[in-house]
Amino acid sequence: METLEPIITSHPFFKDLDKKYITLVTGCASNVRFDGGKFIFREGEEAHQFYLIRQGKVAIEIFTPDRGHIVIETLDEGNILGWSWLIPPYQWHFDARALEATRAIALDGKCLRKKCEEDHDFGYEFLKRFAHIMEQRLAASRIQLLDLYDVRT
Amino acid sequence: MTFEHEVATKVAVPDGLPMAPRPFVIRRTRRETYDTFTLELESTIKTKPFSFAPGQFNMVYVFGVGEVPISISGDPDNMDKLLHTARAVGTVTKRMSALGKGDVLGIRGPFGAAWPLAEAKGKDVVIVAGGIGLPPLRPSIYSIMRNRGEYGRVCLLYGARTPSDILFPREMETWRKKHGIDVFITVDRSMKGWKGNVGVVTTLIPKATIDPLNTLAMIVGPEVMMRFSALELLKRGIDPATIYVSMERNMKCGIGLCGHCQFGPHFICKDGPVFPYNRIKELLMKREI
Ligand SMILES: Cc1cc2nc3c(=O)[nH]c(=O)nc-3n(C[C@H](O)[C@H](O)[C@H](O)COP(=O)(O)OP(=O)(O)OC[C@H]3O[C@@H](n4cnc5c(N)ncnc54)[C@H](O)[C@@H]3O)c2cc1C
Ligand code: FES
Repeated sequence: METLEPIITSHPFFKDLDKKYITLVTGCASNVRFDGGKFIFREGEEAHQFYLIRQGKVAIEIFTPDRGHIVIETLDEGNILGWSWLIPPYQWHFDARALEATRAIALDGKCLRKKCEEDHDFGYEFLKRFAHIMEQRLAASRIQLLDLYDVRT
Repeated sequence: MTFEHEVATKVAVPDGLPMAPRPFVIRRTRRETYDTFTLELESTIKTKPFSFAPGQFNMVYVFGVGEVPISISGDPDNMDKLLHTARAVGTVTKRMSALGKGDVLGIRGPFGAAWPLAEAKGKDVVIVAGGIGLPPLRPSIYSIMRNRGEYGRVCLLYGARTPSDILFPREMETWRKKHGIDVFITVDRSMKGWKGNVGVVTTLIPKATIDPLNTLAMIVGPEVMMRFSALELLKRGIDPATIYVSMERNMKCGIGLCGHCQFGPHFICKDGPVFPYNRIKELLMKREI
């Protein structure tokens, strides 16, 4: 059977991660596919995994009664989807929907949380990498909020 | 025709009377979006062909209303028609948007420094445009397309406010399909039916398939967007000396006389609007300027 280790090793998120940790991560990984239009997760559901998107496009959405689904951002090949698995109460804050056929590697959050607790060096390394992604997304969201292309008033 | 100018260097001020507007007649108007339009202009003085370098701008005078700087958005190799694409935001541009075929405008220019297309030869090129920042870059894209073989990978990253703000969508498709330009588009706010990317333009930068060690970047958009784009390009390993931005300030004379467009020690009208990022990066962080 094809192992996911080479894919995980070559992903920028895991760049230069110690070989033994890569093996550990691979042990918590599985291949998944979503048809276009299918929800990957929905707001309020339990969050026990995250995804490395290999192909396709995913919309992070929120549903409002008056405006329906609002797409906040889209993610695609190479992006990481989901961090609610990392922070209690482990619940998705938004919906994620595949906009087209999407292939990803799902990483089992429960399994990784346990390994982070058992080995704090691994946990620190993992959190540093997630903090970097969170910082990037937060900066992007802040710029988005500025509505820079609006007419200056 | 090629532009063998220096790195974002000054292009000579047009001879004659740089403060005297030349009458240009509107031959065609085109509504690009609900608030943005393109004017196709022709000089009424046939003996003086209008030539410019990509990145330059004109002072466009709506008679009796006012004069504003607008970049040239057309093909530098087509001297018969002069194109300006503007967004109707205020007094002058709103009146400009109401003009039609046969109306006459005053043009002074072309003014300002050009994009370093000669320096970009042999390199990959990343063009980052935000909002109305795309028209000032279009002449460079035309020039690159005409000499496509002289450049490596060319990547246009374009961010618009919403899907209905996207400029030149059909043309971008042609650039992608026929001229080997990688085009990535994103919008800050999605709308029903939009299947493309949502997120700020900086999120497209990791998608550009370029060799960071041999890339030249050109950025136009609101200042905050240019600062963040430059940072993302630096994170990709692009040399700050090969990043260029186009600056905006209110202008009056357009030729370095009045000081209206001062930006630290620079006058944007004559030292810019195109600047090497290196030269102005400290100034971009100064709030008092
Ligand atoms: C070198 C240079 C090149 C330029 N090229 C272009 C171009 O190709 N196309 C184009 O549309 N514009 C371009 N501009 C900007 C253009 O000059 C201004 O939009 C114009 O001067 C506004 O004049 P106005 O009388 O219509 O608006 P004003 O009456 O002066 O302003 C009215 C309102 O619009 C806001 N406003 C003014 N300018 C802008 C702006 N740029 N963006 C958002 N809100 C604004 C003001 O804050 C104000 O609230 C360029 C500017 C420079 C310096
Ligand atoms: S506009 Fe007068 S000096 Fe630049």
